[in-house]
Amino acid sequence: MTDVKEPLIPTVCVITDVRQDTPDVKTFRVLTVDGKKPFIHKPGQCAMLSMPGVGEALFSITSSPTNTEYVEFSIKKCGCVTSWLHAAEVGQQITVRGPYGNGFPVETEFKGQDMLFIAGGIGLAPVRSVINYVRDNRANYGKVDIVYGSRSKDDLVFYKEIIDEWEKDPSINVHLTIDREQEGWDGHVGFVPSYVKELGFEPNKTAVLCGPPIMIKFTLQGLGELGFNKEQVYTTLELRMKCGIGKCGRCNVGSKYVCKDGPVFRMDQLDALPDEY
Amino acid sequence: MQKITRETLIEKAKSLLADGTVTRVLGWKKGDFSYDVTPAIFTSVEQMQNDFVYSEFSGANFSKYLIKETKKEDGKVLVFLKPCDTYSFNQLLTEHRFDREKVYAVGIPCEGMLDENKIKKAVGDGILSVCCDGDAVKVETLYDGVKQLNKGDVLSERCLNCKSKKHVAYDELLGEDGEVIDSNRFDEVEKLEKMTADERFAFWQNELSRCIRCNACRDVCPACTCEKCVFDNPNSGVENKSPANSFEEKMFHIIRAFHVAGRCTDCGECSRVCPQQIPLHLLNRKFIKDINAFYGDYQAGAEVGSRAPLVNYTKEDLEPSEAVNREDK
Amino acid sequence: MRKCSLANSQLLFDKIAENMPLYIPVDLEKGRVAYKQYQSGMKMSDALKTDRSAKDFFFPQTENLMEFKTEGKSIEIIDTRSEAQDFVVFGVRACDVKSLEVLDKVFLAEPVDSYYKNRREHGVIVSMACTRPTETCFCSTFGIDASAPAGDIECYKTEDAFYFDAKTEKGKALLSKLDCVTEDCGDEQVKAQKEQIKKVLDKLPLKDLKADEFGADKTDKFFNSPEWKTLSESCLGCGTCTFVCPTCQCYDIKDFKTNKGVQRFRCWDSCMYSDFTKMSAGQPRLTQMERFRQRFMHKLVYFPTNNDGMFSCVGCGRCVAKCPISMNIVKVMKTLGGKNND
Repeated sequence: MTDVKEPLIPTVCVITDVRQDTPDVKTFRVLTVDGKKPFIHKPGQCAMLSMPGVGEALFSITSSPTNTEYVEFSIKKCGCVTSWLHAAEVGQQITVRGPYGNGFPVETEFKGQDMLFIAGGIGLAPVRSVINYVRDNRANYGKVDIVYGSRSKDDLVFYKEIIDEWEKDPSINVHLTIDREQEGWDGHVGFVPSYVKELGFEPNKTAVLCGPPIMIKFTLQGLGELGFNKEQVYTTLELRMKCGIGKCGRCNVGSKYVCKDGPVFRMDQLDALPDEY
Repeated sequence: MQKITRETLIEKAKSLLADGTVTRVLGWKKGDFSYDVTPAIFTSVEQMQNDFVYSEFSGANFSKYLIKETKKEDGKVLVFLKPCDTYSFNQLLTEHRFDREKVYAVGIPCEGMLDENKIKKAVGDGILSVCCDGDAVKVETLYDGVKQLNKGDVLSERCLNCKSKKHVAYDELLGEDGEVIDSNRFDEVEKLEKMTADERFAFWQNELSRCIRCNACRDVCPACTCEKCVFDNPNSGVENKSPANSFEEKMFHIIRAFHVAGRCTDCGECSRVCPQQIPLHLLNRKFIKDINAFYGDYQAGAEVGSRAPLVNYTKEDLEPSEAVNREDK
Repeated sequence: MRKCSLANSQLLFDKIAENMPLYIPVDLEKGRVAYKQYQSGMKMSDALKTDRSAKDFFFPQTENLMEFKTEGKSIEIIDTRSEAQDFVVFGVRACDVKSLEVLDKVFLAEPVDSYYKNRREHGVIVSMACTRPTETCFCSTFGIDASAPAGDIECYKTEDAFYFDAKTEKGKALLSKLDCVTEDCGDEQVKAQKEQIKKVLDKLPLKDLKADEFGADKTDKFFNSPEWKTLSESCLGCGTCTFVCPTCQCYDIKDFKTNKGVQRFRCWDSCMYSDFTKMSAGQPRLTQMERFRQRFMHKLVYFPTNNDGMFSCVGCGRCVAKCPISMNIVKVMKTLGGKNND
């Protein structure tokens, strides 16, 4: 019996690094107790992190699978488990199980495509995994554009990485925006959806869209106006989950389970689902 | 005396809908069998003629539904209230839970509601129809033809121990009003009081261990109107969907009984809806009985605005020690 | 086929219980019926249904998943699983037998739920044909035959005997251990009972309820139906229907602090509950209408979509009997199912 693998039983891992990205987002580096990566994942997949007695919650994996050393989770403080994690220090053990979900089709549909990544706020966390995967396999993809926005400069997650690495990479174009004027910000000001329209991308790209529902809604409209089809746009959903393996029932939307059949959906697939996400 | 029938109620609704007093009717909707009656909103007389039912299975207490109904911006709702329902109605008004101006309450007499579990136990499977004729209950069955039962044998517990045939709230009354009844409703509680502590513990252990935590008792209870129940609130520290151990098993029901103490009108909906037939009303009645003993007779919901003894301090209130030591006296 | 005279039923039960725990339906006070572990002399109930279904044996209301010990920054996971003991559940009706097949689709799909699988592998189901189905029964709507209840051993009870027909290896193994209390027999009595059951099924009030309108890929047809609003209007949002349902299997995972550490347990959860899908970021099913719709869409459309048309309702009728407001899947199907169900 005990030699049968039980998907609900996690592995003990350890937090090896904590980085404060924004006032309410921290990025946690996680390794097994013997210093290995806890699992091999695909960009866009998620994993269950837990502290016994506090609870268990599903988070997207923000590091790229091409990172051979560790996995990272960028977590916004908003509930019980996330608050506990934000108070945790390096060396703290947590439990991990996963990875779960389908991930982005980086080795199939995305291959050879011009990529347009659009993210808002913490929505960059899962997208970062794809961006870095694409950068590490650069020859397999066409042009890369990134549009990323947040409430303010301080709320731009991964700001250092964006400035030091992405913006310095000549093979990708980064377009940053913040919601309101701010001292010390000479970049674009405005919401992501209108910035996307302003930038006026050619509709021959594959778009990856992630952010708050309202941003997704209006960006999608904008992309439509630019001539994008729903078949070209991918997003990732977030619903309440407990099991991560399509059994506990709460992330059920139509006949799909977001934890198992998602969290990545193409917009036309999402349109075919009941509007309950 | 005018016999109040389904037709009387439809006629009443018809005139109130026609003259614009109300825009809709909160009533009982017939189902596939005699006993599966569902609370429903009727917006036309035609709907009522098709589906409205007032029978010995129209037990559902509508008072709590008025919270939701009176939040609608849609004129007044007509509600039919049996005598015991009017106590919950008043209690909810006392607690400012719904807008009285948006309700037209019609008091209707009640001859006692039947307990489908008792009928099933008496006649077995295959109940095709149940009809009441005075004290006789005729049950048409699939296997044994028509069986006749005595109404008293299949009356629901709360009706057997009916506390009042008097309507304490209404805009209009159909039929004649009854009286408050000197019922035997505390007899069962007394039996429990006479048990030793161990026996009583065993009794409740047996009853409450059956609980499946469906929350039906809480969700139907007119005294349970918190917008967010502590047991549903992850930040409360006691949130649970299912007991983790036998302590938590009892905690839910005991905490709930404490919370409704002094506000519970003894409408009996908790026991009616329990799918596991746990006699939850006994917990509430124990509180009622104790409150009566300690502070003088008090009936929650008898009038609007009364201050329940537990939330009203007087210098004559007995000391906690007296309550604790009461069994020595 | 083997038979055992009812006069020997105690011998039969004793013999089974000698080998492994045996659970039989027992009559309790107030007309309640529940499975109880057999103790010699205990009388089996003839009631049609237990209040709670046989689901509880395989997917209990609560179960411990694992334990943790924490010290400083360290965590130790204690795998508390152990091999289940073989056990027998006797007298499971056709609907409840079928419900296990429905649960298998969820729990035995990859990745396999080892807790469920463990019990399922060790549980032997002795079914029982229904000679007196009741007014709330509608198993035939879902193609279930109350006269052929299946299980590991298919069982028929006549006026004087139990008749057993082993259907699986597990069933054969159990039946072979009962040679001393059973004897070979023909199937005339069983055939006669099957005929009698078919006649009774034809008289049931819900016999004409049809599921044809529902099934795989019908989401668009029903999801936006205006009828959901009226159907769910008086729903209390309690979990009675889900918890008495033999096929409902949604669960929650919770941590419980004990004085020794942390116990992580699983318990039944209900899509009818307002916090089922609630997140700190929002709530996709805002009102009871959405939650009510989810339960029935899942049983009648979503589940069949994912499972080759298999419905996740078996027509046992428990929700029909137990819902505090008497709203149930039959009324939903009659309301939404078009002219077929008028």
